[in-house]
Amino acid sequence: MPTQILMPALSPTMTEGNLVKWLVAEGDAVESGDVIAEIETDKATMEVEAVDDGIIGKILVAQGTENVPVNTPIAMLLEDGEDASSVVIPSKVEETNVETEQHSIDVQDGDTTNNRDILYAKGIIIEPVPFDEAAFSETVNQTVREALRDAMAEEMRNDDRVYLMGEEVAEYQGAYKVSQGLLDEFGARRVIDTPITEHGFTGMAVGSAMNGLKPIVEFMTWNFGMQAMDHIINSAAKTLYMAGGQLGCPIVFRGANGAASRVGAQHSQCFASWYAHVPGLKVVAPWSGADAKGLLKAAIRDPNPIIFLENELLYGEKFDVPVSDDFEIPIGRAKIEREGSDVTIVAFSIMVGKSLEAAEMLAEQGIDAEVINLRTIRPLDRYTILESLKKTNRIVSVEEGWAFAGIGAEIAALCGEHAFDYMDAPLVRVCGADVPMPYAANLEDLALPKPQDIVNAAKKVCYV
Amino acid sequence: MSSSKKQKTKPLPVSLKELKKLYYEMLMIRRFEEKAGQLYGMGLIGGFCHLYIGQEAVVTGINSVQKPQDTVVTSYRDHAHMLACGMSPNGIMAELTGRIDGYSRGKGGSMHMFSREKGFFGGNGIVGAGTAIGAGLGFGHKYSGDGGVAIAYMGDGASNQGQVAECYNMTALWDLPVLFVIENNQYAMGTSAPRHAAGQLYRRGEGYGIPGEQVDGMDVFAVQKAAKQALDYARSGNGPYILEVMTYRYRGHSMSDPAQYRSKEEVASMKEERDPITQVKNMLQDQGVDDDALKAMDKDIKAIVAEAAKFAQASPEPEAHELWTDILVERV
Repeated sequence: MPTQILMPALSPTMTEGNLVKWLVAEGDAVESGDVIAEIETDKATMEVEAVDDGIIGKILVAQGTENVPVNTPIAMLLEDGEDASSVVIPSKVEETNVETEQHSIDVQDGDTTNNRDILYAKGIIIEPVPFDEAAFSETVNQTVREALRDAMAEEMRNDDRVYLMGEEVAEYQGAYKVSQGLLDEFGARRVIDTPITEHGFTGMAVGSAMNGLKPIVEFMTWNFGMQAMDHIINSAAKTLYMAGGQLGCPIVFRGANGAASRVGAQHSQCFASWYAHVPGLKVVAPWSGADAKGLLKAAIRDPNPIIFLENELLYGEKFDVPVSDDFEIPIGRAKIEREGSDVTIVAFSIMVGKSLEAAEMLAEQGIDAEVINLRTIRPLDRYTILESLKKTNRIVSVEEGWAFAGIGAEIAALCGEHAFDYMDAPLVRVCGADVPMPYAANLEDLALPKPQDIVNAAKKVCYV
Repeated sequence: MSSSKKQKTKPLPVSLKELKKLYYEMLMIRRFEEKAGQLYGMGLIGGFCHLYIGQEAVVTGINSVQKPQDTVVTSYRDHAHMLACGMSPNGIMAELTGRIDGYSRGKGGSMHMFSREKGFFGGNGIVGAGTAIGAGLGFGHKYSGDGGVAIAYMGDGASNQGQVAECYNMTALWDLPVLFVIENNQYAMGTSAPRHAAGQLYRRGEGYGIPGEQVDGMDVFAVQKAAKQALDYARSGNGPYILEVMTYRYRGHSMSDPAQYRSKEEVASMKEERDPITQVKNMLQDQGVDDDALKAMDKDIKAIVAEAAKFAQASPEPEAHELWTDILVERV
């Protein structure tokens, strides 16, 4: 049967082109791969190759013809033994391109899923799975550092696939001593000192996760994680989607985030907003020792890539931490650390402590503040924030990072979109100053949010 | 090229059955890619599409000496690697057309297909990223002690990425079973190797103690022989190995590349004098395999490829709700 040779699309954007020159004539035998014509596209002049063996039976579009639409038959190819007279010239071009639908977040696709992740992705407000923290009454008073170490040790005892990799995690016992004792218990096979080579070892950890392991990657600080951002986002976060669900990446990336003390601009930065932007990641930011242990255990057990943002200044702080091996805080659920009725203060990580201090200062002035510890940045517990706002009608967000496109901006959008009628005042953001972190003690102090800043913001939304 | 001389008739390096198998596999890749190019021309495949035509001997030769537990990761020019791993032409072609029966349910495209079952861990659209993933696959083999070797393919362009050096260091430091394959097709998109790479790529592991070797990638037997030694080396606990396979792509970097950075004579001489498939075809003919038998093989392959193209057009586009699935794994 004669086959049509069609005007090819030779770039992602080409819709028509000029048939510059035929390099074969009617009656010529061609093999697949032979160059048969030259075509000028919107970008360049390209050669067209035959894709089948045969004889050029009829040239349908003469050379020199301009603006030939893609998919127009330009010649007929005959098989051995066929006659040119058998060629029937097609009368019109078949449309093969299908218009693609544009999707918006409001698209009604008739899907009745109960999948929480999908509902979340669509921006639907759902109450996270409740968590009965009071059930874990047996506690030990320990530092955040010890709580993190215990979480890793317990999960490594439970699952041989879990291993820890990073700079100075093994023999040095952790640059911040978070992995103290793990090498002794689990050995060099599972507690691995890497060279200073974040891009490489992060990609390697991702590859090992695809091959069945459950890595914990420690970045000495998240500032160095920037070297590895391509693998965190392009390799870890997107693979499940790009693979149509058949290949995921269970991995925890953890380390110190945000400002420490007097370490300058390159070592003092909050990455919450950077990673919270990305579908396919979960982003967790503990404050207390219980947060650290319960959330890290949940992160290690989770089958998805998790960004776990710790804080150097909190490592040495002591809290009561549940001892149970089953203590696991569900990712995606915030905690109301202090109940109040006049104003909601939403914070995460080290700013939870500052907010609780601010709440005490406000109480002395007769303002009863509710403090929400987000615990998880993505998926954000929109439900708890909105329920609190509906009660207090006033809200302040607190973060150490920069304001622009930050977590506070997201919370402001959430409140505006879903609870505008409940708000008695616009949300006020308390953020780090919009500057690279200075070194001088007095300037660094000015750059970071303090309890008094939170008090001022709360009074502003209360109009006092 | 390590050698520009025409192949002389030599004693048969493999059995006639093996020779036919290699010919069949290389021809399958070529016909599949030609069809993909055709469907691209018809607007049925969108975006990027990087064809492997000319390089068939590389992946075919290496795959022929792999073990089932070995894993593979490569870059964006990946259709051939998937075919070699045993992934179905229908599933690959349907992914190229963005349909629900594609390996990634139409959500990945040309560069993003995977098959855990077949040990294929992706194409990758980020140049060099597959190398680190491959090092990690090797880490997994060593950790679990399954005797597998990870084969990490990269192009000559990717070999300049910093993470490649990082992974040479770590895989050598920890004796990971990884075979790095540099498919040197002489051009990093439009920049020729002499303009982008200092020194010789197969020697870049020397400082880390990684053995390297340059092989004629237009000769499937040379590739096969070198890969066997390299895989044995890595599998025996000696650490990584670098194979620089000198090859050539006949088509442009992607579908929209007119390839004006090289002469037509250069491309023509490679096709006429060095074509990997013609070399094996000539050997088959020397062995008395007649034209009818060769044509029958070609016909079989064309039928499989035509069926894949038909399947890839008949398969529906993913339903709208697929937009929202596979973002996170639900924990059970």
